[in-house]
Amino acid sequence: MPLLEVEQLKVHYPLRRGLLGRVVGTVKAVDGVDLTVNAAETVGLVGESGCGKSTLGRAILRLTPPTSGRVRFEQEDLLALSGRDLRARRRRIQMIFQDPFGSLDPRLTAGDSIGEALEIHRLTPHRTARSTRIAALLESVGLTAAHAQRYPQELSGGQRQRIGIARALAVEPRLMVCDEPVSALDVSVQAQVVNLLQDLQRSHGIAYLFISHDLAVVRHLCQRVAVMYLGRIVETGPTAEICTAPRHPYTQALLAAVPSLDPSRRLRRLLLPGEMPSPIHPPTGCPFHPRCPVAEARCRTETPLLRTSTDASHRVACHLVPSP
Amino acid sequence: MPLLEIRDLCLDLHGTRVVDGLSLTLEPGQSLCLVGESGCGKSVTALSLARLLDSPPASYPRGEIHLAGQNVLQLDSRALRQLRGAVVSYVFQEPGASLNPILRVGSQIREALQIHRPEAANDDEVLRLLRLVGIPAPEMRARDYPHQLSGGMQQRLALALALATRPQLLVADEPTTALDVTIQAQIIDLLRRLQRELGMAILLITHNLGLVADVADHVAVMYAGEIVETGPPDSLLHDPSHPYTRALLASVPDLHTPVTRLLNIPGAVPTPGQWPPGCRFAPRCPISRPSCTQVHPQLLPDPHASPPGRLTRCPWTSPSTAVPG
Ligand SMILES: Nc1ncnc2c1ncn2[C@@H]1O[C@H](COP(=O)(O)OP(=O)(O)O)[C@@H](O)[C@H]1O
Ligand SMILES: Nc1ncnc2c1ncn2[C@@H]1O[C@H](COP(=O)(O)OP(=O)(O)O)[C@@H](O)[C@H]1O
Ligand SMILES: [Mg+2]
Ligand SMILES: [Mg+2]
Repeated sequence: MPLLEVEQLKVHYPLRRGLLGRVVGTVKAVDGVDLTVNAAETVGLVGESGCGKSTLGRAILRLTPPTSGRVRFEQEDLLALSGRDLRARRRRIQMIFQDPFGSLDPRLTAGDSIGEALEIHRLTPHRTARSTRIAALLESVGLTAAHAQRYPQELSGGQRQRIGIARALAVEPRLMVCDEPVSALDVSVQAQVVNLLQDLQRSHGIAYLFISHDLAVVRHLCQRVAVMYLGRIVETGPTAEICTAPRHPYTQALLAAVPSLDPSRRLRRLLLPGEMPSPIHPPTGCPFHPRCPVAEARCRTETPLLRTSTDASHRVACHLVPSP
Repeated sequence: MPLLEIRDLCLDLHGTRVVDGLSLTLEPGQSLCLVGESGCGKSVTALSLARLLDSPPASYPRGEIHLAGQNVLQLDSRALRQLRGAVVSYVFQEPGASLNPILRVGSQIREALQIHRPEAANDDEVLRLLRLVGIPAPEMRARDYPHQLSGGMQQRLALALALATRPQLLVADEPTTALDVTIQAQIIDLLRRLQRELGMAILLITHNLGLVADVADHVAVMYAGEIVETGPPDSLLHDPSHPYTRALLASVPDLHTPVTRLLNIPGAVPTPGQWPPGCRFAPRCPISRPSCTQVHPQLLPDPHASPPGRLTRCPWTSPSTAVPG
């Protein structure tokens, strides 16, 4: 049984205009996504900015209300829960963000921030037990007990990201939704945080949904990957297979755009023309057809479904990829 | 004669040394990549070329910058304006830094032309520049305001403005860092085409080593205010001689060559004013020796590297000295 099962999830934002905020349309930010994450597994979610990655991540935690669909976590339908049941379940899913500065309260020390997470979920109520727990959490993310006294603005970007991770770890999650957690960090600090995430997975058995636009980091970290375009998953499968034998023309173009140190890759650059269209006016048929180098007539009218390709684990939404 | 020659440049900001004895040359029509992590002094070096830092806080206690035959640190404000209008142009990570939010696209370019090339301040030239940077439907886009354009299109517009003065040198400071990889590939492709077609030299600042391999004729790696290694990209990236360059390469994953674990460089780049004595990388270096913390090493030819033309600040490294992982 997967730890997380997302089925036909849709998140449509109302598009408002003018002083009165009249609703004049909808932004189909997430438009029918299926996704699973197994226990202790890392699944990557990639795609150009605006394709709906953050919205999907937030909707899983119900930080953004889904329009329709299902989110099952540990066999329970999260969208059907409310109040205390929802809080108890949701504790097992935590989120970390690109800018830990934005998610940490500048008036709280690192220790208080972590303590607050413990308190909200009524874990370790006793003061002494709590400070021991905070020190242990700081050590598990490569900091020391002394960092508990520091305010976010006294810490470097990498240290703040570690505090964000410690705060998430405090409540013993089984799944962490990581939204571009290393994108704002310098490469040496990025490596430190990536290694930390791997170590924590090994020691705590946490699963990650790792949202990133950096395909090299995703290949490094994730067992499986889902490629998103205009609110839909267009290809998903084992990371190594997607990276070496992508089948969807969008995945192929996305991978080809990644700079590589390998000189033989440099000249094979395939340039993807244009930009992703707005989800307010998505194209008819296949959402990728206006930029697709191989689109045919039916790609303009029929929306392709995500279906299995070479094997059951690799799925592609493209009319031109033959069925097995 | 080189288009740009920087000799032993030292820059202080508020009395603290941030660039320390930096030397670089760039030939006309060539491209040079300056790489390194944030805070090592790339941007302030680039801004110094056209004296774009306010003095104070900036002062130049030592060194020289020669750009297109002019001694930049000696120029008066009138000559500097001339230099900025005709020799060197900039694009930055945030295109908004170069754009005027209340002027339509066409008017912005026309205004830049009016100042620097008044004889060419006409619609034809405006449209030619928009086409040159690959903005589709330029007649329509000329009537847009910058905020109506996507990030990628805004960066193209910033490039069109930079090119309006027909610079001999384009300084591009992290121009694609805020963009998606697909758009980054388009902009990098455009920069290479412009370099070739206009014979323009490019100084590209980036922290992305993959881009270096794509763009550069020469690479300089910076750490804590100084260059630690320079050379042609293929030989430098495939056989780096400075432990910092090696560590940088081993700490970023490459899409096509998976590794099980990234190299952890302990600690962080030291901030100006807190550079350690001796080699500035020594406290983080996997192969440092006791003498490394005492003697500040010079940038010298690397005897092991082939082809020649490589300089390194590390006396201990040979191509066979592996960095333990
Ligand atoms: N709160 C919101 N209200 C309206 N539209 C939104 C909101 N948040 C995001 N969007 C839109 O939804 C789409 C997906 O955004 P997002 O999930 O942030 O994408 P990503 O994380 O992949 O960059 C974008 O078009 C974005 O402009
Ligand atoms: N205007 C300024 N005033 C004072 N210090 C500055 C200013 N600009 C940059 N610095 C400092 O100079 C050092 C080098 O900065 P910068 O050139 O921006 O680094 P990089 O571009 O390599 O990331 C940094 O320590 C930075 O904090
Ligand atoms: Mg996002
Ligand atoms: Mg900079």
